Amino acid sequence: MFENLSQRLGKVFDRLRGRGALSEGDVDEALREVRLALLEADVALSVVKTFIAGVRLRAIGQEVIKSVTPGQMVVKIVHDHLVETLGSTASEINLRAVPPVPILMVGLQGSGKTTTTAKLALRLTQKDRKKVLMASLDTRRPAAQEQLRVLGEQTGVATLEIVAGQGPVDIAHRAMERGRVEGFDVVLLDTAGRLSIDDELMGEAAAIRDATRPAETLLVVDAMTGQDAVTVATNFNEKIGVTGIVMTRVDGDARGGAALSMRAVTGRPIKLIGLGEKVDALDVFHPDRIAGRILGMGDIVGLVEKAAETVEKEEAEKLARKVQKGEFDLDDMASQLRQLRKMGGLGGVMGMLPGIQKVKAQLDSARVDDRVIKRQEAIIGSMTKAERRDVKLLNANRRRRIAAGSGTSVEDVNRLVKQYMEMARMMKQVSKLGQKGLMRTGIANLFRR
Amino acid sequence: MASWFQRLKTGLARTTTRLVDSIGAALGRKRVDAATLDELEEALIAADLGPSVAAKLVAKLRQRKWDGEVEVDTVKRALADDIAAILAPVAVPFAIDPTRRPHVTLVVGVNGSGKTTTIGKFAERLGREGRKVVIAAGDTFRAAAVAQLEIWASRAGAECIRGADGSDPAALAYQALERAQTIGADALLIDTAGRLHNKADLMAELQKLIRVLRKRDASAPHRILLVLDATTGQNAIQQVEIFKQLVEIDGLILTKLDGSARGGVLVAIAERFALPVVAVGVGESADDLAAFDPKQFADALLGVGT
Repeated sequence: MFENLSQRLGKVFDRLRGRGALSEGDVDEALREVRLALLEADVALSVVKTFIAGVRLRAIGQEVIKSVTPGQMVVKIVHDHLVETLGSTASEINLRAVPPVPILMVGLQGSGKTTTTAKLALRLTQKDRKKVLMASLDTRRPAAQEQLRVLGEQTGVATLEIVAGQGPVDIAHRAMERGRVEGFDVVLLDTAGRLSIDDELMGEAAAIRDATRPAETLLVVDAMTGQDAVTVATNFNEKIGVTGIVMTRVDGDARGGAALSMRAVTGRPIKLIGLGEKVDALDVFHPDRIAGRILGMGDIVGLVEKAAETVEKEEAEKLARKVQKGEFDLDDMASQLRQLRKMGGLGGVMGMLPGIQKVKAQLDSARVDDRVIKRQEAIIGSMTKAERRDVKLLNANRRRRIAAGSGTSVEDVNRLVKQYMEMARMMKQVSKLGQKGLMRTGIANLFRR
Repeated sequence: MASWFQRLKTGLARTTTRLVDSIGAALGRKRVDAATLDELEEALIAADLGPSVAAKLVAKLRQRKWDGEVEVDTVKRALADDIAAILAPVAVPFAIDPTRRPHVTLVVGVNGSGKTTTIGKFAERLGREGRKVVIAAGDTFRAAAVAQLEIWASRAGAECIRGADGSDPAALAYQALERAQTIGADALLIDTAGRLHNKADLMAELQKLIRVLRKRDASAPHRILLVLDATTGQNAIQQVEIFKQLVEIDGLILTKLDGSARGGVLVAIAERFALPVVAVGVGESADDLAAFDPKQFADALLGVGT
């Protein structure tokens, strides 16, 4: 349903090919598509309007570089403007204060505050060599304090003892006191989830802020948040004062327009992003990647990183060595298929590739899905070791046996063999590209039939 | 029931204020012209209905040929009726089938959508109706999720089956079903760990849980409910689509409607998937789980009186 912005603009500009400068009419027509793309990505309406006005100013009269189409030109202008609006440089956590430095975590229920608190604590401990204390001020959700205590155990970060019946402000005081006495560098204060329109709870958060004077007040927001992001960010900023934003669940497939909305209405930087369930899955914010995502242009860097994270390094190196010697066999192909599945299957990988939406639709209609990959693994699994090493052994008889063994047809086996040959040929060509190049070409090749 | 509606209304009233403000502003001039309709469309987008559904609804409104001066309320009424008409077929209240003992409900969703709280509320409600309830604390991944559910279970007078942290949720679900059968429980509610729909491994884990349950009772689970957060934007559509593809979702629950988010994406979802909406969450206590009333939802969304 989310069509690539470049494709959309391509349609608009198809008839404009070859013109010199972007006229007002061209730009306006293109910007209608941009507007729609941003809205589908959950960028708040008010922010979309301001943003579009900014792009319009920049785009009109702009010379179209020879090598690109007007559509691509507009996409580039939009992309650049988006990166600038999101903040072009990464922003660090501010620890410039007298230790223990208090950091306050706030946000709606279920946005991921507690998990983020543990991730941040681990990051500050490992990367910045800080002595960190975590304290849960969430006295409302059942077992919330217990959750942080367990996370403390998992990460090896100290947590404040739980005293039943104590209120949030008192807990905050106690945390700061212990921080001072025991010489902690940073005290992370995890608060209860609260609605931005709940005056009582917002007042409580403000009281915690006044009691601790935090160096950072981080607003934790789910990347899937819709139009409400503006209300949430505005209210939290006005009532508590936000110094930075943490976006969670960026490892999902939401387009993340909320990032732009919040940045635009609060002017506060997005400092960190949450990328998974593991306690080390926290990263600094890269505006260009989120920009690409919001526009539906894919996230190449994310794909490569995901590949690197999923593919066992050893296995990849072994593969690289074999390929260099021209020894890519069916076992290696099976291992690539397995890795592809682990990366979230075709769907998961394709979502990250730019301009792939069209291909994806074709694959959907051709019913090429993850079952195909599984079936191919089964076919290879039904071969003997010797056959897997030397594909030339596969005569008609053997192919029939393999088809029967894997519950497929001889045509399926033939198709796999053909695909393997094609891959092996490609592998030879790219072997000099090294490990990363190999991996990418290998995967790209799997999409061909 | 009345108190639920009241709560839903107060919850939605807050939700509605801004939308109503913008629609009120849009219709101040009392002539339904193109600009008015555009502003109306934007108000719908701001309520998370999504650009395409908003455009469709407004196109329908445009076709009505408004002549001359029109009351603001008339246009809003028409829009609310259109939205209620889309939602009407999907309003199916949660009820357990007494012929199934225990009636097995599996609750799934992305992280932080409110699964555990929803289960707690359901348990308490069923407990009050005098039903015997067993809860399976199937979120063995998130730290202390089990402890959270145990507190709910004790409030509801339900038995809570738990495993060690990090244990296999499928085995735990099986064990809970066994226990529920042994004690002759009316309902078994199975909580699951939050999972993003694009994580293949975690979705496979969910499929396994269902397979394992069926070894004990071939008809289980009798209902699989997907919990959606009203704060979520257009990604909710993606969530429904993928969860539905991989496990047979029978119904939806929209939580956190007491916030400032309007949950308008539900309209798009209703149009596209026609999945029943069995309940909405409008607060943190057990009474804050209300039956989904489309007319009230649409009316409250647009701030028109009933």
